[in-house]
Amino acid sequence: MDLTPANGACPGDAPDALHWEAGDTSRIPFAVYTDPSRHQRELERFFYRGHWCYVGLEAEIPNPGDYRRSVVGERSVIMVRAEDGAVHVVENVCAHRGMRFCRERHGNRKEFVCPYHQWSYALDGSLQGVPLRRGVRQDGQVKGGMPADFDPKQHHLTRLKVAVRGGVVFASFDHDVESLEDYMGPTILRYFDRLFDGRKLKILGYNRQRIPGNWKLMQENIKDPYHPGLLHTWFVTFGLWRADNKSELRMDAHHRHAAMISTRGSAGQATGNASQVTQVSSFKASMQLEDPRFLDIVPEPWWGGPTAVMTTLFPSVIFQQQVNSVSTRHIQPDGHGAFDFVWTHFGFEDDTPEMTQRRLRQANLFGPAGFVSADDGEVIEFSQQAFDSKPAHRALAELGGREVGETDHMVTETLIRGMYAYWRQVMEAPQ
Amino acid sequence: MNRDAAPLDLGLYHELQALYADYASAVDSGQWDLWPGFFTEDCVYKLQPRENHERGFPLATLSFESQAMLRDRVYGIKETLFHDPYYQRHVVGAPLVRRVDGQGALHCEANYAVFRTKLDGPSTVFNVGRYLDVVVRTPQGLKFAQRLCVYDSEMIPNAIIYPI
Repeated sequence: MDLTPANGACPGDAPDALHWEAGDTSRIPFAVYTDPSRHQRELERFFYRGHWCYVGLEAEIPNPGDYRRSVVGERSVIMVRAEDGAVHVVENVCAHRGMRFCRERHGNRKEFVCPYHQWSYALDGSLQGVPLRRGVRQDGQVKGGMPADFDPKQHHLTRLKVAVRGGVVFASFDHDVESLEDYMGPTILRYFDRLFDGRKLKILGYNRQRIPGNWKLMQENIKDPYHPGLLHTWFVTFGLWRADNKSELRMDAHHRHAAMISTRGSAGQATGNASQVTQVSSFKASMQLEDPRFLDIVPEPWWGGPTAVMTTLFPSVIFQQQVNSVSTRHIQPDGHGAFDFVWTHFGFEDDTPEMTQRRLRQANLFGPAGFVSADDGEVIEFSQQAFDSKPAHRALAELGGREVGETDHMVTETLIRGMYAYWRQVMEAPQ
Repeated sequence: MNRDAAPLDLGLYHELQALYADYASAVDSGQWDLWPGFFTEDCVYKLQPRENHERGFPLATLSFESQAMLRDRVYGIKETLFHDPYYQRHVVGAPLVRRVDGQGALHCEANYAVFRTKLDGPSTVFNVGRYLDVVVRTPQGLKFAQRLCVYDSEMIPNAIIYPI
C-alpha cells in the first residue's frame, strides 16, 4: 500500500493533502476521522459556511418568547420566537465579554440578559441595555462609562440566517448561503416534504447520547443500506429493512444529501429459505415477539408507498421514518473523536391517541437503548478506536462498484462514496 | 422523619427492602432471565430522561407495557443486540413509601446509581436517577406493577443495553 507522509496533515489554509489510495472515494483514509486540525476545517467549511444546519422544530417554541438552546457545529445557539411570531436564531455568546450566557435548555423570556455585566438583548438579538454606559456622577463629574462613540447597533448578538420549512428550523452563520430549497435540491426536498407536509408537529420527547466517534460516521451509518439487514436482527428477521426489499437510493446533485427508501416485503417476517438474506447469521427464523405490539404497524396515507425513508441532510441531521416512528436526529460534534446525538421524536397534531401510543411503542426500536439503534452507536465507537490506532490505514467502500450514482437496490455503498466526493471537493478547495 | 412518608408496618417495609435488594442483585448478576420475574404480567417499565418526565413528554428511552415485553428485551440482550460487554453495579437507596392506596399498593421511590465497568477500562458512573414504583402483593410475593426509572444522566454514554 502506498502511504505518503502527507497523510494526516491538514495545515492552515492549504488544500487538504490527504492521500486517497484508489484515486476515487472507494477507499477512505482513516485520517479523515482522526486529525484535530482537519476537524476544525470541517467545522469552518461545512457547519459555519455555505451550508444549512438543523436547529430544532417550531413545535418546540410555539409561543412568543419561547426559546430553546441548540447547537450549530460546536457553537451554542438559541432558537427563539419573537413577539411577532418570527423565529430567530442567535449565537449564545454575549457581545461584551463573550460569555455563553443562556444556561437553561428551554424557557420563555421577554429578553436575554447576560448575568456577568447584565447586558440585555431583545429576542432578535439586538442590544438593548448596557449598565453604566454613561458612567457614574461623582463630585459633579461623570466618571467612566463607554466611549461617546459606542454604538449599540454594532454590538448585537450574532444573528444566524434562518429558514423554516414544514415546521423544521434551519440556520446558517453564512448569510450568503443559497436558499434552503436549493440547498436540499429537488430530489431530497421531495422526501423532506413527504414527512414535513405542513401538518403541525407534536413533540413526543428527547433522547440524548454521546457517541465516542467522529461525527461523519453517523452520516455514513445512515448512508449505508448494507448493514441494517446484517447488524440489526430485528430488521432482517421482521423484514423491516432487508436486502431483498423493494428499495431506492437517491441523492442531491452534489451527492452530499441522500434518501434511503425501502418498502417492507408484503410477507413481513421471512419464513423460508427463499433467498440468501435469510442465511445471514443475524436472521432468527424462530424468533417470535412475546408481545407483538412492538410491531403494531399501521400504514399512514402520507407514506405513499415506502415504509421507511431515512434522509441524511449533510452535515447536521438525519430525518427518520421507520414505519410509524418518526424523529429528527441532530449531530453535534465535539472534537474529531466524539459527537452528541440528540433524538427528537414527534407525531402529528391530528394523531389519534392510539397512533401516538403506537409511535411511542415503536420508539423502543430506536435511540440509545433501542432494539435496533443501540448497536449503531457501538459499532461507531469501535470503528473510531481502530482509526485512532492506525491513521495511515484506510477503509473500503467498494460495494456496488467504485462510482457514485443512484440505485434501485441496497447492495451498494454508493452514498458513502458520494458524500466523500463532495467532502473532497470542499476540503481540497484552496479557500 | 419525612413528613411525606406513609406509616408502614415494619414487616412490610422489611419485605419491600428485600424486593429492592433482590432486584439490584438480579440485574447486576448477568442472569437477565431473572429480571421479568420482578414484575406483574401487565406491568409498566420505563427508562425515561428526567426532562421528558418533568415536561410531560411521553417518550421514554425504553417503554414496556407488559412482562412479555420485558422477556422480549431479555431476548434482545442475549441474542440480537450487538454491544460491548460490560458489568453493571446498582447502588440503590432505601425506599421511601409515599402512600399506600386503597388497593394496598405501595407507591414508593428510591434513588439509584449504576456504575459501568467495561472489560479494559475504569468503572464509571453510567446512569443516575430515581425509581418511581408501584409495588403490589401477589401470591408470589411483592412485585412491581410499575417501575419508572427517571434518570438525571440524560447524556447517555453511547448505549444502554442491560436493565436499569
